[in-house]
Amino acid sequence: MERVLMKGNEAVGEAAILSGCRYYFGYPITPQNELTAYMARRMPEVGGTFIQAESEIAAINMVYGASAAGERAMTSSSGPGISLKQEGISYLAGAELPCVYVNVMRGGPGLGNIAPAQSDYFQATRGGGHGDYRVIVLAPDSVQEMADLTMLGFYLADKYRNPAMILADALVGQMLEPMELRGPDFPELPPKSWAVGQMNGREQNLITSLFLGGDTLERHNLDLQRKYDSIQKDEVRWEGLLLDDADIAIVAYGMSARVARGAVIQGRARGLKIGLFRPITLWPFPSIMISRLVERVRCILVVEMSLGQMVEDVRLAVNGRCEVHLYARTGGGIPTCEEVLKRVERLL
Amino acid sequence: MGRVFRRPESFRDVRTEYCPGCGHGIIQRVIAEVVDEMGIRTRTIGLSPVGCAVYLDQYFNFDMVQPAHGRTPAVATGLKRVLPDHIIIGYEGDGGLTAIGIAEVIHAANRGENITMIFVNNAVYGMTGGQMAPTTLIGQKTTTTPMGRDSKRDGYPIRLCELLATVDGTAYLARTTVSSPRNVRKTKKAIRKAIEVQMEGLGFSMVEVLSPCPTNWGLTPVEAMKWIEEEMMTYFPLAELKSPNGRKP
Amino acid sequence: METKLIIAGHGGQGIVLMGMVLAHAGMAEGKEVTFFPSYGPSMRGGTANCSVIISSEEIATPVISTPDILIAMNEPSFREFESRVTEKGGIFINRSLVAGSPTRDDVELFEVEATRMAGDLGNLRVANMVMLGALAGATGIVTLPTLVRSIEAVLPQRRRGLLDLNIKALKKGNETISRSFSLSPERVDHGRKKRVTGV
Repeated sequence: MERVLMKGNEAVGEAAILSGCRYYFGYPITPQNELTAYMARRMPEVGGTFIQAESEIAAINMVYGASAAGERAMTSSSGPGISLKQEGISYLAGAELPCVYVNVMRGGPGLGNIAPAQSDYFQATRGGGHGDYRVIVLAPDSVQEMADLTMLGFYLADKYRNPAMILADALVGQMLEPMELRGPDFPELPPKSWAVGQMNGREQNLITSLFLGGDTLERHNLDLQRKYDSIQKDEVRWEGLLLDDADIAIVAYGMSARVARGAVIQGRARGLKIGLFRPITLWPFPSIMISRLVERVRCILVVEMSLGQMVEDVRLAVNGRCEVHLYARTGGGIPTCEEVLKRVERLL
Repeated sequence: MGRVFRRPESFRDVRTEYCPGCGHGIIQRVIAEVVDEMGIRTRTIGLSPVGCAVYLDQYFNFDMVQPAHGRTPAVATGLKRVLPDHIIIGYEGDGGLTAIGIAEVIHAANRGENITMIFVNNAVYGMTGGQMAPTTLIGQKTTTTPMGRDSKRDGYPIRLCELLATVDGTAYLARTTVSSPRNVRKTKKAIRKAIEVQMEGLGFSMVEVLSPCPTNWGLTPVEAMKWIEEEMMTYFPLAELKSPNGRKP
Repeated sequence: METKLIIAGHGGQGIVLMGMVLAHAGMAEGKEVTFFPSYGPSMRGGTANCSVIISSEEIATPVISTPDILIAMNEPSFREFESRVTEKGGIFINRSLVAGSPTRDDVELFEVEATRMAGDLGNLRVANMVMLGALAGATGIVTLPTLVRSIEAVLPQRRRGLLDLNIKALKKGNETISRSFSLSPERVDHGRKKRVTGV
């Protein structure tokens, strides 16, 4: 298949269109602006709708409306804007509305800076908004995966009637790489008979996250939990590199995993027995696979562009059975292969 | 002899949960009558507010969506863009439209979204127990203005219709009330016209209805109706502020 | 074999276009490539730079701390990045706008009168393509014919009228180079390794 040179942010946009998404609602924020601009240009070409909303809050609520009407809808932002969207995301999760939203992470907290970061991991994987809910979190490490995971995100969102998030960072959003624009290839899903509109002959359809009476909310939340359980059972995705004989496993996601991969290959060339475990789904987190790693490796080194967020999930998975170390950069600092290798050598 | 009064098909046969003398029930019945009379029930989608009318989906017999507080115009935008041949009716109070969601309503109006907002203005936050709203009158006592609203501390009541009248995307704006049978009939005409404007694709339409809240005002239902006419209407004059062809309701 | 380049200059010199044409050419020749731009609050006038990696193997990170090659299109970028170039690396300077010379002697220097030559062609703005042509001539990272095809693919629609001029600039830059330069071969070869994927 022909390779095209694409920017990560734009690859997400084209993948959304290939997935049948025809409704995109955005608001400007660096470093995801290319995606918004891409959708502004492409949506009219494919008969879709693009709206530049008055705020990230409005954008996610437009997604709520379009999704309630049964269409694939999307929004995107970076940390500060994702914080604003959390209200809407909680409502989408509560009302069981599918959508895909993208966080091209920048440095925080607050206005922070616009450099690459991975410091929104907690916000992404712990729900971020209020209430007992989960969102599917997919972490691409290449422009190809920006596209592939966006398509997967739309499929999983519809399959489980749940928001799915693409947790990227400014590196993978801003970079250009060759990629193949292959369309989605997923099993067909049932029609959205729950959506509002086209009422003819049927009873009222209601989209709501409100469950006031008696124990209705507890029952609803238990239903959601059963759904989350099946996502955790069936949708964990990860990748391993040279783990079979590794003494040290590096665990990293997104662009940190790219750095770690470079470190593993350079380290192997020097005879160091290291491997890489890369979670692709951050929720559901590949806890079981990481827990099995413990049987093989001496210790684990987590590399992330935040001061220790994913490392907590790794420690939960390991449950004290081996040492878990952290190499962290923050505030826009990007780890290098050399830094990671230096850290590995200290652990060996 | 034919039957002259019946429950609209768009209004379900359930008891509403409102206090005696509340305006919500009247306004909702009027909406249901209009939807019936226009024959649009199966292509109408309503949006419930956050507040006393939060159970709106249990009263209206058409598809309903429950948005977050104040986000109704944004959610309505998403719905209408997907379903342009459907009639989208948002229903919100003064808290939703003039406080937390004022950005959403101004921008939906400015985009000229073909949606209809029913704005129930009762000068108070009802369900949470009678706190000050942006539309609370100067001197009006609420749980958060126990000495009365003071403009120096609390600012002034917001006139949303007048504010939106300056926005080019608005096609129909009217302020009515339900303080008397005559005013109820005028409210119904205004709501019908707002929906017609939406169906003709002329832009954003909104009807602000001054509505009684005897419980939080500390008045009897009859006194509450009088308070609307004597106090509220002096600050919020009834008017058709904008109409595509200038016809009065 | 992996070559890491930083291209730097000031806003408006077409730094990003240079990087994109180079990356596109690398891809067209079947290599792995990454392109990473500097992005920031300023749109014009400030410094601009981008990082391009062209490799026969999978590329780890697109961020470059020590470039094998620096292309400095103006004086401030030359000053900013000179010290970061790897030992035995190459520095291509736009001699028309860079007065200074390297303060180190462990790098190979190429001086190209890019802006003057662009002026001879009638448009100062194609200095970037003169430089790219020179880079190809000296290093062979990509070939001139590929660059020509890539500028055709990458040049924005609204600039199509300048396509021929850009191609001329690529050729002119390419012709000025009379010596070749290859990066030291003992650097780490990133072998493609087996991966397992779990679903």
